[in-house]
Amino acid sequence: MEKNWPLWEVFVRSKNGLEHRHFGSLHAADAEMALENARDVYTRRSEGVSIWVVESKHITASNPENNGELFEPAQDKVYRHPTFYTLPDEVKHM
Amino acid sequence: MSEAQIKNLEEMFEQRIANDEKIEPKDWMPEKYRKTHIRQISQHAHSEIIGMLPEGNWISRAPSLRRKVALLAKVQDEAGHGLYLYSACETLGISRDELYEQLHSGKAKYSSIFNYPTITWADIGAIGWLVDGAAIINQVPLCNTSYGPYARAMIRVCKEESFHQRQGYEIMMTLAKGTPEQKEMAQDALNRWWWPSMMMFGPTDDMSTHTEQSMKWKLKRKTNDELRQQFVDQTVPQADLLGLKMPDSDLKWNEEKGRYDFGEIDWDEFWQVVKGHGPCNKERMAARVNAWEEGEWVRDAAMEYAKKQEAKKLNKAV
Ligand SMILES: [Fe+2]
Ligand SMILES: [Fe+2]
Ligand SMILES: [Fe+2]
Repeated sequence: MEKNWPLWEVFVRSKNGLEHRHFGSLHAADAEMALENARDVYTRRSEGVSIWVVESKHITASNPENNGELFEPAQDKVYRHPTFYTLPDEVKHM
Repeated sequence: MSEAQIKNLEEMFEQRIANDEKIEPKDWMPEKYRKTHIRQISQHAHSEIIGMLPEGNWISRAPSLRRKVALLAKVQDEAGHGLYLYSACETLGISRDELYEQLHSGKAKYSSIFNYPTITWADIGAIGWLVDGAAIINQVPLCNTSYGPYARAMIRVCKEESFHQRQGYEIMMTLAKGTPEQKEMAQDALNRWWWPSMMMFGPTDDMSTHTEQSMKWKLKRKTNDELRQQFVDQTVPQADLLGLKMPDSDLKWNEEKGRYDFGEIDWDEFWQVVKGHGPCNKERMAARVNAWEEGEWVRDAAMEYAKKQEAKKLNKAV
């Protein structure tokens, strides 16, 4: 039998209107227990109105070693930003 | 990787930290950085967990419901602190099981302060006031440390500590203003906890080994002696306010330096406790190991239940 409780990542929405944010992780036997533990560990002072838990093994993360090829191509695409376009000062509301 | 390449990576790494960039779990890091962080973060986590034991001793005997809910909440917070820190530590590639193993086998250390006994209710006041007070001074600079998960855990921890200290001071205040016996009890607790609290900042700067590296990695921002001085300077006026006397005959205000001078710490006692010969080292470890072992069947049962539920779900789906 697999003895150790698996690791879960905890995401908490601090109030409606805000996104869920990663708060940390914890160990639990199943999803239900992960939610209960997350409640006790991460929201003892009303820090949240909604919790997501996901078993850590289901998260695929990008590798920082590939940051160059992943994120650098965006750097020379300045035309994606409004300031790239030259307009006369007289143009308002744009 | 060649040695030159590693050297180059290390330089870039140190530069990032110097630029106040954070290091995140999957980033490349020198092995020494990883090991040092595992050691420090786990030691910190263990301290939070073992730290529940001396205070837990008084939960069932708290003098009022108000005191009881507060103490219960504080001890629960300490469990939470331990869990934030263990989870930060696990991002460095060590499992919770290995961490517990290190604690239970005595390979890993925890803060020596928790090897002192809590013999009266006033000790709960003294711990909140002095021990959490010293912990706050040690911990606040860590909110800016270089390892992201550790820094984020510390921000949460620090937010919660101030209630701990205030509830302790309130207990001391109530006792100090009570009957002569109560005041004496408060004084006695101060007498016993003052010096061990002073030791929480670690050996004096001339005896402390890896300060420079720790400063670079922002595991430390001030030296042990600087932090200790800060503790003395802010705590002495608080004792005055209680009408209690610090157990240090050399303690006096130094007008010229604008700070308190204080007496010599008994470093023999400090090293004795670190080496396992404090009043409660054995008791603490026994309680911890016992809790872990006695809980094994519960952990196994929960895992078994989870598997059965999972199988049921699959069966239904078929
Ligand atoms: Fe704590
Ligand atoms: Fe702490
Ligand atoms: Fe605390």
